[in-house]
Formats: sequence, structure tokens, C-alpha cells
Amino acid sequence: MITLLTLVPVLLPMVGAVVYLLVGWRPATRWVSAVSAAGVLVAAVVLATAGQQTALSGLLRVDALSAFMLIVIGAVGLLATAATPAHLSAEIDAGRASPRTATRHSLLVQAFLAAMALAVSAADLGVLWIAIEATTIVTAFLVGQRRTRSAVEAAWKYVVICSTGIALALLGTLLLNYAAQRTPSTPGLDWAALAASAHTLDPGVTRIAVALLVIGFGAKAGLAPLHAWLPDAHSQAPAPVSALMSGVLLSVAFYAILRVKVIADIALGTGFARALLIAMALASLVVAASLLVAQRDYKRMLAYSSIEHMGLLALGAAAGSPLAVAAVLLHILGHGLAKGVLFVGAGRVLQTTGTSKIGEVRGLAARQPLLAGCLGFGVLALIGLPPFSVFASELGIARAGFASGLGWATAAALLLVLVIAAALLTHTSRMLLGSPPDGPGAAIAVPRLPMLVATALLGGLLVCAVLGVAAGPLTDLLHSAATILTGTP
Amino acid sequence: MSDTTYVQVLDLACGGLLLTAVLVLWRRELSVIVRVFAAQGVAVAVLVAVLATHEGSAELGGVAVGILVLRAGALPWLLRRALAGAGPARRETRPLVNVAASLLAAALLTLLAYAVSQPLVALAPSPATHAIPVGVTVFLIGFFVLVTRRRALSQLVGFLLMDNGITTVGFLTTAGVGLVVELGVSLDVLLAVLVLRILTTRMRETFGGTDLDELRELHD
Repeated sequence: MITLLTLVPVLLPMVGAVVYLLVGWRPATRWVSAVSAAGVLVAAVVLATAGQQTALSGLLRVDALSAFMLIVIGAVGLLATAATPAHLSAEIDAGRASPRTATRHSLLVQAFLAAMALAVSAADLGVLWIAIEATTIVTAFLVGQRRTRSAVEAAWKYVVICSTGIALALLGTLLLNYAAQRTPSTPGLDWAALAASAHTLDPGVTRIAVALLVIGFGAKAGLAPLHAWLPDAHSQAPAPVSALMSGVLLSVAFYAILRVKVIADIALGTGFARALLIAMALASLVVAASLLVAQRDYKRMLAYSSIEHMGLLALGAAAGSPLAVAAVLLHILGHGLAKGVLFVGAGRVLQTTGTSKIGEVRGLAARQPLLAGCLGFGVLALIGLPPFSVFASELGIARAGFASGLGWATAAALLLVLVIAAALLTHTSRMLLGSPPDGPGAAIAVPRLPMLVATALLGGLLVCAVLGVAAGPLTDLLHSAATILTGTP
Repeated sequence: MSDTTYVQVLDLACGGLLLTAVLVLWRRELSVIVRVFAAQGVAVAVLVAVLATHEGSAELGGVAVGILVLRAGALPWLLRRALAGAGPARRETRPLVNVAASLLAAALLTLLAYAVSQPLVALAPSPATHAIPVGVTVFLIGFFVLVTRRRALSQLVGFLLMDNGITTVGFLTTAGVGLVVELGVSLDVLLAVLVLRILTTRMRETFGGTDLDELRELHD
């Protein structure tokens, strides 16, 4: 019974996709995607308490780490899909989409969720690779959904850069398999078997393989040097899709790096993966900081902030102690929720004001207080103010960084984080405060924030805040996931 | 097949791979580039067929046929279709790096590939693994094409060259990655190409051409 449950996070969204394929997007089916995301969340919570499970003759394995990632997918997925019907209706009313577009959107989002769930439940590096490549293919159409010049351009860049990154990862996968075949136990590509026999892997081949895998999956995670697709794709995709891509897809790719690092640390010592990750982390933070300071587009601002947070995750992974890894995982969840709230909110701002320029949105607090409040608190959560969980996780990453001898890197990272926080606060306050712009169109009453969207936004912020005060039952899960990633009980 | 013929045919196939990769860099006519790419597909298929005969594996033979159909048939066909829709703009007009410099870069990339691949060959020396640097070279040249060409179609060919290189390395390391993974990988590549193909069509609809210089909407 519980074994069957491991299939639910993958199968349920697939069923949802089939429903949309057969019935289309109608009043009766508009909540199917939210229901399936909720189902993924429930299954993930049950799996988290059930211990390690395998299914499909060892093709899928859900351990504590996978269960945690499934919870992230379910939670952010629920937030994004709950806001989707209102988003799509508004797009249809504005004539920017048709019911057919809405059907395709919902179908692809379900397939996207299924692919991500498969990626984190895969027991095997090969299956993980296939699932991550599948997410690229599915989301390419979501990014290009509006078919405008900029949307098509963003989709092209996205597919080319991510496919190239993922091709690097494929070469890395094949080389790791080659190294694995030459060990006494021939473990294949199974994560657990690879980790168990990692000490016998040939270091020369493994070093090349690990570098390719980290850089390749790093492209998909939005880490420099292959990050150029991210601001374009995130600013052009429909708001709920941006929320999913930034909130979960990046972390799912980062999850692959975390798993690879376990093997690298045993086969090559901790130095190699650490140096690689620190270089990528600092490069990402520098890129994010330099482009955020003078940013004029609020969706791109959020996208660059995602690059920043991926950089922080890489820094935490480089530190690699159990505290660091637990903080990294908590950061994944906190960032996913905060960024999900912000992207959904930003999509609403775009729909009601018709502009994505920071300078043209003024006085949002006066015109749409609830939405402005959610955005304001979302940004506060994002820059790591207490009580939100990002504060706790950033503190954990910084402490672990100093404790594991990465003093200079951590100090530099903190400085960049401060610069970024200042930039985010300045830009957001320009949008929220001030007097509303006069001129044509200003007098039109702004439609109220739909009830369910408001609930989703407030719920996301609330969970983020509660997690920052007390991780509660998640503590045990984080602890066992960190054990898997550090190899120390 | 005797050992000498095996090694000779293997090396011949690798030579074909390398030659076609360099030809892609050299020629600018897009229709010629697609034809060269198809020839490279044949070279990859021959390589896998030789390995199959050497190991006496019927499964690998089947994979070789599959590769022939996909890489020398389906993918070039898709590219030709994209080309037919492209109208008069059929030349890679202004690559970021000119041909002479590209060929020089190819030579440097080959050296780099041989330097990087040393541990790969040293792990299990055999005629097959000695050819790994060729696969890595094709991969690097593909990457080079991808970053220096401006036509969407040339970039697509660059991506596919990378993929041919990866496939070659995969089979030369005698990596039986498992049939599920193998199938998944081929399917994903095919789908990625289909997606890019659809996007080139949309780009042509919205931009009027597929010169990536037109892509200037999004920047900071």
C-alpha cells in the first residue's frame, strides 16, 4: 500500500494531464490541477513519515531527501496552481489567451509537476537525467506561451542553454557509468549503490564526470556561468509558471547536484566539489548583485534574486556539514514559498497595471493594499528578515560557512547578499509607496484580488513565517535528509 | 571479424566523425551542413555496428540500426524541412568567428580533447577507448558551433553535433547504460529538436527570419 504511494506524486499529475487532454479547460476542470498538487503534497507528507520506499523494481526510491523535495514540489505547486484559474480567466478576459491556451497551459503544468516528481523520486542518475530534460521540453512551451517576440526569444534561449547544460550532464553521466563499470561491484547508476562503492571509483574519470555533472545541472539550476536563460524565461513565462520554475524547478536541478556531491566527496575528497561550488556560488552572487542594482523590470528583479538564492544554496552545499545541508534544504523550501508568492503577486500586478516596469508601478499600497502587503512581506521574507524561515536558513548557511573554513567566501557572499537586499528593498518600496500615478486609466477601479489567490499568497507567507519560528515535525525529516547527504549519522 | 579489421573499421568510422565535424565548421551553405550532419550520423551508426559485431551482441546491432534511422534519417529530415521553410536566407552569413579561425579553433579543441581524455583512456586501454578523444572532440566542436553561429539552424546542428559526440563517447566506453535510459535519452533528444524546430518556425513568424541577431528584445 505504502509502496503504491511512491507512485502517487508522479501518477496523479499525469492523470490530471490526461483529464485536461480529454476534457479541456472548463469550469468543472479548472480545479483539477490544484487538487492534484494537493494530492502530491499529502502523499509526500505520508511518505516522509514512512521511511525509505522503493517501487517499480527499484526504478523509484523515496528516502527522506526525496520526500522533502516532494513536499517542496507539492507545497509550491499547490500555491501556484491555486492561483492559476484566476490568472487564466484574467488572461482570457483581456484577450491574451483563449480557452485552448488555457487547456494547453494546464496540461503542460501537470506534466511539468509529474516530471519534477519523477526527478526527485528516481533511484538512478539516468532516470533523473531523463526527467530533468523532460522538464525543459515541457516548460519551453509554457515560457513561449504568449507567442510575442520576447516570449519566443526567451523560449529559444531557454531551450538552447538548458539543453546544452543538460548535454554536459549527460556526458558526465556516461563517464560516471564508465567509471562505475570498472569497479569490483559494478553499481551502475543507482544512487545508493554508487555511494556505497564510490571509494573504488577511478579518481581521474570521476573528476571529469563530476565537473560536467555539476556545471551541467548547474545550468538548469540557474547557477553561473550558464545562467543567462533564467531572467528571460522567468520574466516571460506566465506568472504561475514563473513561480513553479523559480520556486521548485531550480531546486530540483540543485537536488541533482547535492546527490552528485555525495559521490564526489567519497571518491575525490571534499575539496574538488567544494572548490567548484564556491566558484559557481560567488559568480552567481556577483551576477545577481550587479544586475539587480539598476534593474527596471520587477519580474526580472525576482529572477535575478533566484540566481542569488541558488548561489547561497551552492555556498551551503560547499560547506557541506550536516548543519549546512539542513539549512540548505530549509532554504529551498523557504525560498520556494516566498518566490512563489512574489511571482504570483507580480503576475497579478502585471495584469492589473499592464506594465512590468518598476518605475511605472507607483502607489500600489494605496490602490491594492492586500496585494501590496503580500508583495511587501514577500520581499521581506526573501531578503531574510525574521521571523521568515529564510532568515534561519541564511544564518545557518553563514554559520556553517565560517565553521568549515570558508571564511572569505562566506564574508564576500554576505556582503553581496546585503547589496542585493538593499536593491530589492529600494525597488519594491518604489513600487508600493508613493502616490498612485494620474493620467488616463488611473480612475478605473482595480478589480479585487480573488479570494483564493489571496488565500494562497497569505498561506504561503504564513507557512514561511511559521517555519522560521519552529520547523516542528520537519526537523526530523531535515535531519535524516542531511544524514543521507553528508554520510554521517 | 579479425582484430585488425575491427580496429581499422573503428578508426575509419572515427576519422569520418572527425572529418564531418570539421566540415560543418568549414562550410557555410546550410543545405551542405545538413548533408554533412547526415553523413556523420552514418559514421556513428557504423561505429556502433562495428562494436556490435566485435562483441557479437544482437542488442547493440539493433541499437545501431536505431541510430542510423534517427541520426542519418529522421533528424536530417527535420532539419531539411526547417530549411525548406526558411526561404532565401540559406547561408551562415556572418559567423562570430571566421572560417580560418574556426578551423584553428577546431585543431586546438582536438588537442584539448586529447589532453582531457587521458584518464578516460588510461582507465581501460583498448582500441575502443583509445578513440574516446574523437568523441570528445566532436562534442567540443559542436559546442563551438553552438556559441559562434548566428543562424538558428546552425545552432541546432551544433547542438546535434554535441549529441553525436556524447553518443560516441557513450558507446566507446562500452557503457550499457540500460535500455530504459538509452531509449529515454534518444527520445529526449528527438523531442528537444522538435521543440527547437517549432520555435524556429515561430521565430520566423514573429521576426521574419531566423538570424539570432534579431533576438535583441531581452537584455539588461
